[in-house]
Amino acid sequence: MSTVLSARHLNKFFYDPDTFQVLKDVTFEVQTGEFLAIVGKSGCGKSTLLYLLSTMDTDYDGEIDMAGTTLTGRSQNFLAQFRNEHLGFVFQFHFLLPEFSALQNVMLPGLKLGRYPEKEIEERAMEKLRLIGMADYARKPASKLSGGQQQRVAIARALINDPTIIMGDEPTGNLDRANSENVFRIFQELAAKGQTIITVTHDPDFAAGTDRIIEMSDGKIISGHENSHRQTH
Amino acid sequence: MNINIAAQIARTHLLAKKRQTLVAMLGVTFGIAMFITMISFMQGVNQFLEDSALDASPHIRVYNEVNTQRPSLIDEQKPGGFNVVYHQKPKDESARLKNGLQIAERIGREAGVLGVSPQVATQAFYNNGPIQLSGTISGVDIDRENRLYKLTNRLKSGNLNTLKTNPDGLIMGTVLARKLNVRIGDKVTVTTPTGSTRILRVVGTFGFGVGTVDNTKSYANLATVQEILQRDPSYITDIHVKMFDPLQALPFGQKIRAVYGYYTEDWATANTAILAGEKIRNMLTYVVSITLLVVAGFGIYNIMNMTVINKIKDIAILKATGFDGRDVVAIFLLQAVFIGFTGGLLGLAIGFGLSYLLSITPFDAGDFLSIKTFPVIFDGTYYGLGLLFGIITTVLAGYFPSRKAAQVDPVSILRG
Repeated sequence: MSTVLSARHLNKFFYDPDTFQVLKDVTFEVQTGEFLAIVGKSGCGKSTLLYLLSTMDTDYDGEIDMAGTTLTGRSQNFLAQFRNEHLGFVFQFHFLLPEFSALQNVMLPGLKLGRYPEKEIEERAMEKLRLIGMADYARKPASKLSGGQQQRVAIARALINDPTIIMGDEPTGNLDRANSENVFRIFQELAAKGQTIITVTHDPDFAAGTDRIIEMSDGKIISGHENSHRQTH
Repeated sequence: MNINIAAQIARTHLLAKKRQTLVAMLGVTFGIAMFITMISFMQGVNQFLEDSALDASPHIRVYNEVNTQRPSLIDEQKPGGFNVVYHQKPKDESARLKNGLQIAERIGREAGVLGVSPQVATQAFYNNGPIQLSGTISGVDIDRENRLYKLTNRLKSGNLNTLKTNPDGLIMGTVLARKLNVRIGDKVTVTTPTGSTRILRVVGTFGFGVGTVDNTKSYANLATVQEILQRDPSYITDIHVKMFDPLQALPFGQKIRAVYGYYTEDWATANTAILAGEKIRNMLTYVVSITLLVVAGFGIYNIMNMTVINKIKDIAILKATGFDGRDVVAIFLLQAVFIGFTGGLLGLAIGFGLSYLLSITPFDAGDFLSIKTFPVIFDGTYYGLGLLFGIITTVLAGYFPSRKAAQVDPVSILRG
């Protein structure tokens, strides 16, 4: 199995109000098709780490490689293009563009990438919505959906370009148990098909079902063990 | 950068806030409409004044300036000496253009000359009973003068041909005739500065719509005026020249001056005040219009800024899902351009409507100006210019908020 993500010696400081080192020499690798959970107490730096990996935060020391590309020191426009093609996100709080329908929200990154004609992107978007159980709400404006529904549409959006890596910051934070389990199952299937999943989570049950848990404390990785059930695969 | 998606997002944003979009548009609309109305009206006024001035005055006037200043003989002989000369009389110089008729013939044969009219012009007093008014009288060949000034169109009463058959005929400016209380057939006594007097009969009245002419001027036959002044039939004081192209008059006037040695005055010099007024009105139009557009621009700037602040989450999401800075700039700039373009088009339509209403509004300018409604020019260039200004303003006003949007840091927004 090949390495799809490698982070080497990541250090990150916050300067405001006081200088504070939030990540301390974080080094780890992720294999293709791995379903990874990053856990830790609030303020341990796990979300910060995820945003560094997301390429949106470029203010750090160290080096990040993803999908065979070095991402450290790249221009914003290059990184945007890379995110569009290789990364899918599910955020903790903010999900959709309120003026657009659920379907349009899912389609937008696909239209931006332009790999398929619009008709086909629409079909693929419908398929992703069906997968997540939101097909009935496809034509509804995003502003009319509940938080949980919005988060599910956001998951469908993260999948639209078949990204190499899917990242989630509490991706099931707003979902009830049934939907949470559904999302978990989808992630597992995607990982089995070769897409890599990295999630930050507080939910011990969710973390327990993943392939590997990276536990962080005080800006450092304190353990990165594989879950026992992985061997049963 | 994919302009189609940017346009789609821009459209959705605009449609989601219809009222706000409309208000921003109306700012531009108002600015452009005022620009169109003002410039059409101002240019109309300029054109009207220029036309009436050019119609009533020759492109070139050739005359002999009687210069009475001359040094005394002693001053000439002993310059710098302590010379005292009392009561020196000016030299008796005639205003005559020597060989005036021949000069007129030769000028008339030059290329680009529409017509030439040699004439005798003099100051005169018009008497009708106790009323005595000062003015000028021009002795002309009425056919030639007609060719220059289209007198047939300017006649308010009477007939030009009557002047040819009646040696004592007089065609008088309308205002002058009214002040003297004379009509066709009435007699007027004309007294020249040399003291000679003649009774002439009014055979027509004309009006140029220019006060200085209608108020003072009369036409008589060339021979008649020569007679009143007790001069010979070759006595000519002025040659009026009209060119096909008024702009050619300036170099042509200098040429005439060089060839014949007489003073020339072209229309631009004679109407300096009108041309200066034109420049000032143009300046005024542009200053007011640009002010209006700048105000509209600030309106758009404000609204776009607010939009960017309202949409800051959306911008972060777009950036996170792979839209880059250029896409974001395009999204917001397109909104500004749309506002500018539609607002501008609407402004052109309203501007046209207002100009049209102005052009049919009755306007009583009195005797001095020969117009019935406000002068308005409809010229496509102004409409193009208006739209261009509108778009430039909105692009500038939209660009800075768009750049701000492009610089939004998604991490700080998305982390909550």
